[in-house]
Amino acid sequence: MAHEHKLEIFRGAWKFKSNVSKIWGVFTFLCIVTAIEVVLGIIKPEVLTANRFLAMKLLNWIFIILTLVKAYYITWDFMHMRDETSSLRRAVVWTGVFLICYLILILLIEGDYIYEVYKSNYVKFDF
Amino acid sequence: MEATVAKTGTEGKTWGGGNRPLNASYGKMMMWFFIVSDALTFSGFIASYGFSRFKFIDAWPIADEVFTHVPFLHGVPAPMYYVAFMTLVLIFSSVTMVLAVDAGHKMQKNKVVWYMFFTIIGGAIFVGSQAWEWATFIKGDYGAVETKGGKILQFLDTNGERVAIADFAEFMPQARENHLEKNGIWYEAEPETRTNYSYEEVKAGFLANDNLLIRTQYLDENGEHIVLNRQESIAKLENDGKLVVEGANLKHNEYGHPLFADFFFFITGFHGFHVFSGVVINIIIFFNVIIGTYERRGSYEMVEKVGLYWHFVDLVWVFVFTFFYLV
Repeated sequence: MAHEHKLEIFRGAWKFKSNVSKIWGVFTFLCIVTAIEVVLGIIKPEVLTANRFLAMKLLNWIFIILTLVKAYYITWDFMHMRDETSSLRRAVVWTGVFLICYLILILLIEGDYIYEVYKSNYVKFDF
Repeated sequence: MEATVAKTGTEGKTWGGGNRPLNASYGKMMMWFFIVSDALTFSGFIASYGFSRFKFIDAWPIADEVFTHVPFLHGVPAPMYYVAFMTLVLIFSSVTMVLAVDAGHKMQKNKVVWYMFFTIIGGAIFVGSQAWEWATFIKGDYGAVETKGGKILQFLDTNGERVAIADFAEFMPQARENHLEKNGIWYEAEPETRTNYSYEEVKAGFLANDNLLIRTQYLDENGEHIVLNRQESIAKLENDGKLVVEGANLKHNEYGHPLFADFFFFITGFHGFHVFSGVVINIIIFFNVIIGTYERRGSYEMVEKVGLYWHFVDLVWVFVFTFFYLV
């Protein structure tokens, strides 16, 4: 049981003296990220909603990237993934990542296709 | 547990059992298996939400306009704040959970008890907030009219502010005969819920107030709802209007497309069920800690396992928060 904890986050840029202080550090970081998300969600800056990258609004890119960042720190530090063997880590993470990416790709392309069909065919939908 | 296992003569050998693959104990490994499969279930739900949203991308409700309530602040539009609060509560309960696990590693029983207690309280606050959010969503806000094609028409004044149907609908008293099962061809009883106003009342009120306009559920290229002018509004309401919708359920949704409500109930409900079961499991472990089960066992690994589950619930909420409320 006597686990060795790795006590640094951000690739060693932030080191902690004990596991407890690391937990509070990660919590602070997660709070800041959530606060940024909420503030952006309320303000919705014009620059970020008007411009798109790869067909998605910049604001949505920010939200999704910040979500993945939060997910990383919850898994790595709260669920102690950082302290597990790399093979366990890969078995869990890559399985999820590949299957979920594939599922999202297929379903979103299909949803967009149906949208185009609804929009451009001769059946009236708005009545 | 190992008391009744027959000896095979291979103890200590690689295939003799007893060694721990990937350096994780059996229980922790199985918890990870479960978490991976549950993560795939949730991603299936969220991806199908994405599918439906892409399918009706120009008619999807804007979450900011739907979830604008905070308890005790009636009539103050405050989008996001309450969900942000719920998110913080859940993250904080994750922190107390991981502190409990840490205290367990050091065999500090009293600390484990207190941290588990705070975790349970956090989970209960979250589930309660979720219930309140559901109740507000089901009760509805302004009310709307549904067309024959199942589209939602909402009402605005000329300043672009939303107007509740209760504020303009005309009271038209009429005798309403209760429909009995024996009168119907298919023995259908009365519907269980009935709206406070009828379509006729809303229509009469709309025609009497010249400053009212109709907002459709369709969005323009800037993501704003399309607002009809007065002539178009009257024509739309008279030709297509069918029934009044107040609040949301699985069939009708005053905020927009009914699928939005369906997914909201399903995904947040499934997540809320996870939180609830997490709280129950936490309570069981909490009492086990108090009576000293793990102290005698010499290991608090059970706290770590339930902790994994609890963090997973938090992890799922991070994604639900993004895809339901932010994006």
